Amino acid sequence: MLKVIDSAIPVECWSCAVAHNESTLFCPHCSKIQPPPGGDYFSVFSLVPKLDLDLGMLEHQFHKLSRKLHPDRFARASVHEKDWSLADTALLNDAYRTLRDPIRRTEYLLKLRGAEIGEEHAGKDRKDPSRVPADLLEEAFDLNMQLEEMRMSKKMGDTDPDLQSGLEQARKKYNDMLDQVDSDLRAQWQVWDNGDEPARKEAEKKMVSLLDRRRYINNLVRDVTETLGS
Amino acid sequence: MAAEGRVVGIDLGTTNSLVAYMEGDKPVVIPGVDGSNLVPSVVALDPMPNDGSSRPTVTVGNSARRTLVETPERVIYSVKRLMGRGLEEVQSELKFFPFRLADDVEAGEVPRIQLGEMRFTPPEISAYILRQLKRNAERFFGSPVTQAVITVPAYFNDAQRQATKDAGRMAGLEVLRLVNEPTAAALAYGLDRNKEGLIAVYDLGGGTFDISILKLRDGIFEVQSTNGDTHLGGDDIDNLLLAIALDEIHSEHGIDLRQHPGAVQALRKSAIDAKIRLSSEPFAQFDFELPNGDRYQREIPREVFEQLIEPVLNRTAGPCKQALADAGVTPEQVDEVVLVGGSTRIPAVRRLVEDLFHLTARGKKPHIELNPDEVVALGAAVQADILAGASKTTEEMLLLDVTPLSLGIEALGGTVAKIIQRNSTIPASATEHFTTGVDGQTNVAIHVVQGERELAADCRSLARFDLKGIPPMTAGLPRIEVKFLIDADGILQVSAREQRSGQQAQIEVKPTYGLTDEQVESMILDSFDNAEADFAKRLLIEARNEADTILSKVEQARTNPAWGQLRGEEISAIDAARGHLASVKSGEDLNAIREATLAVDKSTHRLAELMMDAAVTSAIRGKTMGEAGEQLNEELTAPHPMAPAEFK
Repeated sequence: MLKVIDSAIPVECWSCAVAHNESTLFCPHCSKIQPPPGGDYFSVFSLVPKLDLDLGMLEHQFHKLSRKLHPDRFARASVHEKDWSLADTALLNDAYRTLRDPIRRTEYLLKLRGAEIGEEHAGKDRKDPSRVPADLLEEAFDLNMQLEEMRMSKKMGDTDPDLQSGLEQARKKYNDMLDQVDSDLRAQWQVWDNGDEPARKEAEKKMVSLLDRRRYINNLVRDVTETLGS
Repeated sequence: MAAEGRVVGIDLGTTNSLVAYMEGDKPVVIPGVDGSNLVPSVVALDPMPNDGSSRPTVTVGNSARRTLVETPERVIYSVKRLMGRGLEEVQSELKFFPFRLADDVEAGEVPRIQLGEMRFTPPEISAYILRQLKRNAERFFGSPVTQAVITVPAYFNDAQRQATKDAGRMAGLEVLRLVNEPTAAALAYGLDRNKEGLIAVYDLGGGTFDISILKLRDGIFEVQSTNGDTHLGGDDIDNLLLAIALDEIHSEHGIDLRQHPGAVQALRKSAIDAKIRLSSEPFAQFDFELPNGDRYQREIPREVFEQLIEPVLNRTAGPCKQALADAGVTPEQVDEVVLVGGSTRIPAVRRLVEDLFHLTARGKKPHIELNPDEVVALGAAVQADILAGASKTTEEMLLLDVTPLSLGIEALGGTVAKIIQRNSTIPASATEHFTTGVDGQTNVAIHVVQGERELAADCRSLARFDLKGIPPMTAGLPRIEVKFLIDADGILQVSAREQRSGQQAQIEVKPTYGLTDEQVESMILDSFDNAEADFAKRLLIEARNEADTILSKVEQARTNPAWGQLRGEEISAIDAARGHLASVKSGEDLNAIREATLAVDKSTHRLAELMMDAAVTSAIRGKTMGEAGEQLNEELTAPHPMAPAEFK
């Protein structure tokens, strides 16, 4: 599923037998639905891979394609068309879910380009210690001590107001850091979208480490929120 | 369209079920033989035929409900709560209901409920209700109905959805789509008004609670998030009132009514009546005659009732907040809130909704324009019309729903690796790769679960798969690609392929809960021929049978004490109606027979009420069925609706 499209491969339409390009959802000749195409998520929306997307346009395309592809439109069609409608719509939904979310979209493009990244959304590698950003190592250690202290005192039934406000401040600081990471990411999107191949490679490296940093800070914020809230 | 017949929309509810269709550009509910839109989701096993020849027949709806007091051991209701559930869940569920499990149910089997001398799985019971709705529709159209859209609570899991689909198949219906109830309600509302914006549907029914947040735009209904509780509804409120009454009767009168299932059912009816009255009145009275002739009298002020049910209602707040958070919106961003389900008639529920969505401050009210009991069925009819295609009204409409629960795979250490997140638009898919851990290994076992918890043991087990026939290779070398796909009904499909050898890996799907294909096949209710000619004949025969049944019931009722309470003009009206029916019933005019039957039915409504009152009283006095009079018993279990619905 992650292979990059090769639009040169011609395929025959099952219905009218006219050859078409492999990445199409409908036969350009007879408009019949086709089996799931082999392209990436961007090609589902007839886009080349890029990071700065117009989400309004993406939603519009999503609705337009849904109207044509959805299984509700094929409730009384042939078994094959039903199956393809199901598979194509699943592909469309998976693609839309990935591309409309800025972080998932970035992760996806980086993976397409062969980068090794953790998966924030799959619930895996949540606390991979090898990915701790060096500049945060010491602070994170202190924070974890504070969190442990907070949990203990909560268990005892009393809360130290100083500790509480310290943690709240820390949460605010890390949230600000997240905002910074996000704006750094967006800057790299521009570099990637507009750059040549060496510039893209450079931007990819930066984005991989920004995503690692983001994931790590996110986990810290979540831990603080859980501890404060419980 | 004509060739393939109509597609109907069915609301298979915990308390009531309905069937609806699109009449032109408007969805309408199809009434049953008794003229009522609601078919109570109650199934009764008729008395065993004395000739010993055949299986006993089954009665559904109002007439089945009337047998609850007399023969509670032959009646089942609220079966939706048992759909797709395992043995232990059903056991804990049954604490609140008078049904019991069959003695020979084994772990891992679909539980069967003992009904009289027979045993039924929950999908079979539901199939009887669906068959009744199918017949009502066929009777109404005068032509066969074989395709349907059925609604399910949005928060139903895979097994509960599959069980509902199985029930459809057993009833002889091809289920074109399962639609989530709140989404269906949104469709019914969205048809009326060409709305754009964000709407929330709050659906508190008899047994389940759902909340869905939808975005409406250009005729597309895109669900943003859904949440709920499949164990929360009006039943819980009834049980609270019932428990209090039972305890008070025990302490004040020294009678443990729990030993009298029939009396408990009569008391439950009083509790439901009181609950309904408290939605419009500041007080409701319990006035209940006990087996020893004493009366249990109790006044319930609305404030006391509201305090009592507050914990139940508050359980809906958490899911609402989670749904808002998952949709990424604040309560203020929700433009409209739609109320669905009979329990939303309770004023305290409306106040809670106004609070949750900050409606009052914004000068808004929740929407209640469409009958909360019917709106889901109406929406199902709209979806049926969308699926049938070729309708101008619905051609621009499309429903994009989501999966309510995350799908995951059990990983090492019993943790869950989520592969499809909750609230993903369906159909949705995920592709995972598996390999072997030992040289030459040819099988890989996969455990699929549904739920949000971190440990597989805390999630709902969906199925275990065995990937078989992997070519023997060095450990870690095989690369098996498994594709998980949640279809538009919210049901999981799985396929697998070994990539290095190119071999299609065999999968043996063993659902943790549910019936096998063969079992469903063997439970199909009747496989009669649906050919048009036969069908017309069948309708005529059924109409004549209905006519005969009601005529003989009226004849029997003449000896009932209730007959003596009728006024002279009531008796002559009954006689005129039955005279007319007797004269048309052997003719070929289907509609004439039906109209005449309905006329007799109408003329006997008060008679039926009087007989019902008499029956309840004698059941409560603790008489045995024999003492209560055989003729009475027979009349009450008669498979014909001679009484109007008792709870409106």
